[in-house]
Amino acid sequence: MALSAKKLKVGDAHTARLVEDLKRTQIVQYAGASGDYNPLHTDEVFTTKVAGYPSVFAHGMLTMGMTGKMLTDYVGDARLTKYGVRFTNQVWPGDTLDSTATVKEIKDEDGKKIAVFDVSTVNQNGVVVVSGYAEARVDD
Amino acid sequence: MAAKRFPVEASHILMFARSVGDDNPVYSDEEAAKKTEAGGIIAPPTFAQSSAQFDPDYFLRPKIGQPWFGSGGEPTGVKREPGGGGRGGGGGGGGLHAEQHFEYHRHLKPGDVLTATTQPGKTWERESARAGKLVFSESVTEYRDQKGELVITARGVGVRTERPVDSKA
Repeated sequence: MALSAKKLKVGDAHTARLVEDLKRTQIVQYAGASGDYNPLHTDEVFTTKVAGYPSVFAHGMLTMGMTGKMLTDYVGDARLTKYGVRFTNQVWPGDTLDSTATVKEIKDEDGKKIAVFDVSTVNQNGVVVVSGYAEARVDD
Repeated sequence: MAAKRFPVEASHILMFARSVGDDNPVYSDEEAAKKTEAGGIIAPPTFAQSSAQFDPDYFLRPKIGQPWFGSGGEPTGVKREPGGGGRGGGGGGGGLHAEQHFEYHRHLKPGDVLTATTQPGKTWERESARAGKLVFSESVTEYRDQKGELVITARGVGVRTERPVDSKA
């Protein structure tokens, strides 16, 4: 199910919904699995009374992880060679996120075809929460 | 994130994939995974970040017998340890995570036993309308497998903010 360089065009885009109405419990799940127990993500008392935020918020890495599913569903298993993001806005419980990969370039590297993508994840207000890139091996 | 021994295990991959909402059987079902190009269970692209579990000094995990800055019945007043904001890319020690980059030399699979070594990178500052003075710090983590081969290179950037980020976005 891998992508084919012949069929890909610069500007082609793939979009997927990552999450609807993000639950606090999913943030707790991510804390447990990743080992990042920063109370800013799970401890409402600490986050509102001590840290001064309106509520707990998601780990940036949770959004990067969810965005990774959009990518691997698109490019195929074990095909990513690079993936990087900037965390541009916070993700809050209740947010609904959509993510898009857009083909930026198709290049040859060591005799293999590599597709380069711009990656962007936005919330329900159209605000970009994660912005980055990915590269993946594609078939000829 | 520094870890002398980060064993990659199928149950951890399953839990991690669930937590990011990814039900791809290549992360959980050995039989189904064998039929894919991966040839068996692999780890999702951001899994290496969970090496935090195996970093003995990771400062965003409560440690037995030590004060923890999260609340109990009420806030504890315990101050966060000043840990490098960019260590391993995890925002912490009073900081947030600003960027994360991975380069995959191959994908992780259960049975891999990794070591992770982290080197500090650049630091820089910037003024921001939303959070005051920002201090960025970068770190680069190399994950090597049981044969000593480099499998993932990770670059994280942490940011310490002067005040909470004003997010009316």
